[in-house]
Amino acid sequence: MVVKLHGPGFAAGPRRVAVCLFEKEVEFELINVDLFSGEHKNPDFLQLQPFGLVPVIQDGDLTLFESRAILRYCSEKYTGQGTELHGKTIEERALVEQWLEVESHNFNAPALSLVFQLMYASKLGIPQNEEEIKSSEEKLNKVLDVYEERLSKSKYLGGDFFSLADLTHLPLIHYLVHDCGKESLVKSRQHVSLWWEDISSRPSWKKVLELK
Amino acid sequence: MAVKVYGAAYASCARRVLACLIEKGVDFEIIPVDLLSGEQKKPEFLKLQPFGMVPVIQDGDFTLYESRAIIRCYAQKYADQGTDLLGKTLEERATVEQWLEVEGQNFNPHIYTLVLQLLYFPKMGVPQDEKLIRESEEKLGKVLDVYEERLSKSKYLGGDFFSLADLTHLPFTQYLVNDIGKEYLIKHREHVKRWWEDISNRPSWKKVLQL
Repeated sequence: MVVKLHGPGFAAGPRRVAVCLFEKEVEFELINVDLFSGEHKNPDFLQLQPFGLVPVIQDGDLTLFESRAILRYCSEKYTGQGTELHGKTIEERALVEQWLEVESHNFNAPALSLVFQLMYASKLGIPQNEEEIKSSEEKLNKVLDVYEERLSKSKYLGGDFFSLADLTHLPLIHYLVHDCGKESLVKSRQHVSLWWEDISSRPSWKKVLELK
Repeated sequence: MAVKVYGAAYASCARRVLACLIEKGVDFEIIPVDLLSGEQKKPEFLKLQPFGMVPVIQDGDFTLYESRAIIRCYAQKYADQGTDLLGKTLEERATVEQWLEVEGQNFNPHIYTLVLQLLYFPKMGVPQDEKLIRESEEKLGKVLDVYEERLSKSKYLGGDFFSLADLTHLPFTQYLVNDIGKEYLIKHREHVKRWWEDISNRPSWKKVLQL
């Protein structure tokens, strides 16, 4: 049975899940959710995801939301198929989890704020908040300095293997580099830049960018 | 060898780790980090945790940070010891992970803002932002409405067993209910109240509060 992935193909959360499904060679069907018309706040959708957020997956009887929870589920369920994404030992997995949490709690908020301000604010008729942009960029710079140091010693964030810890960064860094004019955040850092070239060239990510 | 937990016994994220270690029956030693004097930003500490945050654990040669990564690691490593905090099947674990993420992404930002504004800023002499406090309380209220619905159908967030998904809420909800005068957010919701009384009365949590 094919996994159903609810969410628009351009949104960060659904893309995070889609790239994982491609890496694990899991067949899925993308079911669009029209965010601009507020479909995610309709009663029908709230039955699936009570916080009114995308993505949600349906895998047989299991309904699951929160993209990073879905990543962990897929990685676990399909161990032995496709790319191994969470390491082989308890220590390897712990480091993958550490950097997944770093993305969640240190990287995500300032990155999302920048993306919202630079990509979406004007589309929604909201004036850009210059102070917010400056403050988010400053925070993100500090976080990426730590990444630079990490990646100078380790090929990937979780260790010497591509994992969920790297994959989870693909959607927002893609927007920052391609849609927000903030490629300097990545390109000004030698190791972050090499790492970004590597992970964004993976066939799975290219397939995600082709999703409608 | 006891696991070293760098942090402060009163600090929320350290408490998240300590509650887990106690539930799993894992020996630990708290190594205090003087947050008020900024010890966590000094070069020595940054070697352990490059973002300058607590907690960090050292288990023999192994160093790990981010409290929610630490609790996942120990819940897995000691799966056969102490309380089962992850569930027995893939689907049970997935549901635990879902609500752990809900806490991290939907619950934490608003409750953290409230605790910072109402508990810490007055102590630090930083002026409070009334608008932000109101907005955070409103958003937290909406999240707790979803929790109320969930907990009307399920004894705990992850299912019918206490898990990491519930444990992760202990530290900040403790402040909400006891230190910043916002206990009504919990107490006015019948099922959330019942759940909070259950989880906060666990012996592990009482031990954490005594550390």
